[in-house]
Amino acid sequence: MTAARLIIDEVKGYHRFLKFMIVLVALGALASLLRFVFGLGVTTNLNDTYPWGLWISFDVVTAVPLAAGAFTLGAIVHCFHIKKLEPLVRPAIVTGFLGYSLVCVGLLLDLGQPHKGWHTLVYWNVHSPMFEVSMCVMAYTTVLFLEFLSPVCEKFGYRLPLRVLRWLEMPLVIAAAAISTLHQSSLGTFFLIAVDKLHALWYNPLLPLLFWMSAIFTGISIIIIEATMVHRYLNQPDESELLEVLTRILPWVLGAYLLVKLYATIFLSHGPLFDRPWLLMLFLVELGVGVVMPLLMFLNKANREDKRMQLRGATMVVFGLVLNRFNVSMFGMIQPDQQVYIPSLIESVVTVGIIAAHVLFFVLIAKYFPIFEHHPETVDYALPDSFRKLDGAHKAPATQAEQA
Amino acid sequence: MSTKTIDYSKNKAFLIDTTKCTGCRGCQVACKQWNQLKAEQTTFFSGEGYQNPPAMSEYTFTRIKFRDYQKDGQNEFAFYKEMCMHCNDPACASVCPVGAFKKTKEGPVIYDAQRCIGCRFCMIACPFGIPKYEWSKAFPLVRKCTGCYSRIKEGLEPACVTACPTAISYGSRDAMLKEAERRMKEKPERYYKKIYGKEEAGGTCIFYLTHQPLDELGFKPVTSRALPSYTWDALRLVPGIFLTVGGTLSALSWFNHRKERVRREEEQRQQNADQQPTEGDQQ
Repeated sequence: MTAARLIIDEVKGYHRFLKFMIVLVALGALASLLRFVFGLGVTTNLNDTYPWGLWISFDVVTAVPLAAGAFTLGAIVHCFHIKKLEPLVRPAIVTGFLGYSLVCVGLLLDLGQPHKGWHTLVYWNVHSPMFEVSMCVMAYTTVLFLEFLSPVCEKFGYRLPLRVLRWLEMPLVIAAAAISTLHQSSLGTFFLIAVDKLHALWYNPLLPLLFWMSAIFTGISIIIIEATMVHRYLNQPDESELLEVLTRILPWVLGAYLLVKLYATIFLSHGPLFDRPWLLMLFLVELGVGVVMPLLMFLNKANREDKRMQLRGATMVVFGLVLNRFNVSMFGMIQPDQQVYIPSLIESVVTVGIIAAHVLFFVLIAKYFPIFEHHPETVDYALPDSFRKLDGAHKAPATQAEQA
Repeated sequence: MSTKTIDYSKNKAFLIDTTKCTGCRGCQVACKQWNQLKAEQTTFFSGEGYQNPPAMSEYTFTRIKFRDYQKDGQNEFAFYKEMCMHCNDPACASVCPVGAFKKTKEGPVIYDAQRCIGCRFCMIACPFGIPKYEWSKAFPLVRKCTGCYSRIKEGLEPACVTACPTAISYGSRDAMLKEAERRMKEKPERYYKKIYGKEEAGGTCIFYLTHQPLDELGFKPVTSRALPSYTWDALRLVPGIFLTVGGTLSALSWFNHRKERVRREEEQRQQNADQQPTEGDQQ
């Protein structure tokens, strides 16, 4: 039996849902091929009035905060030392790694000259937020890749790289948080240049800070959603007790965000706030559903502990974030007399394909790599252990010997 | 963008006196010829009034905009020439991740197609909506007016300036400003009391004199602060934030790990202390 035969048999055994995801990903790949054959103008509804559309608004500006779970949880677990959340870390890293890889894919599709993407590494322009974000995204994707290598090495039993990776763990976690802080906020800086274009409901000098804070609560919410889904559909243990720690952190971040947001909107914005009823409604929905409601919900202990409420609250937060990023990067930029942009079929198919790819690859990685096992660290580590990650490993055999 | 002030007074600048423009569109034709731009297939009245083409595009770097208005019961036209404003501190140059745009020391803002990666951030940033994209191509680039940089480097004037019979004067920025102010002073009834481009976006190299109020003619109100300073206010904090976040988290993790180590050692000592008396008995 050939290797191809083996793969085909393996795929045949997948669940219907996964096969459906494979179809969506294939369609997305086909649609993105069309973009290269026929050009951006023909395949998308972008034009000189709307140079940025769905691919930037969703695949980049929204997808980056949606992938913020890895750095947030890394900092919570390793820097703030809430060790009991450790079982959630690896799945979060996989989500983050997939998220950022797909951001890169989306960005390359959207670029007019993707083959010249490496130019950002050569021709620096430190005054450009885009330069900063692209450098950070490249650096952080590398960090996430290194973090993701741990389960891969475990799977294949590569011990030496594992030791190096364990030794690198803390520096990587700190680098992840620092780099993420920069580019999550710089995504907000993008729109500070649109002075007379972005509506005053969203345009204020604190936009970068707001983008960073919302990335943090979104990262936390994505972890809640992901852990709940994994429990429901991938036969993993119920982690709602751990998620309760996260729902206890959430109201603090949401509350701080709400205060900064209200302060910035009321005192730091220029121009009329209430002149466009549609935008005002979008603003209120974004803030009401995405921030105020989950905030009130998670102030209540019963809601924080309830599995269903955890999922609902987190979903509302994520919905609010998606709407916020679209408001800033698309709806709020529409001038009163402009025609409205609706993404073309091809643009939509590509974005759906990217989302499907995320789900598909997550499930496949979960299937083939040890990302849920709370791994006892039984490997022999000969490298310096500056961060005392290996105590358990050294001790475990010793205690066994004592018992014997 | 930067704190040091640069002297723009010797930059080459356009003074476009819209009260003298006859709407002949010679500038449009000259621009197409010099830049070898394709003609666009258009139909009459597809844009506002008589203006044609209906919008600036990858094939049209400049065009005359037409405005109808009523004066003493008569229909009148007002014209103005739309083109790159060649800002003193251009937003397009500041946002471009690869620095494909450059403000030259002569004045024009030029574009390096070799560097461009096609991200279109310049189009989002430009307050005047000038950079246009080659939407017809599979691997598109940005197109815009270069202020005929290739011509002025050779001591020539821009193509549109040489073609214009009436309305465009060309010279150093301070000379053009002086000239504009002189005209406004000499014929105050002829001119609206503002030079568009003097302060817009932190100052540009194109000045417009008009008869009608600017907003009636369709001039966009633009902030007088240089746009790059808005993003730089946030971006200049980047190194500090990186070090602060990295440093704080490092210190925090070091502290937390130390706390745990101390606790573990304490436990160990406790354990040893519990074992000590039995060992002592044996001795």
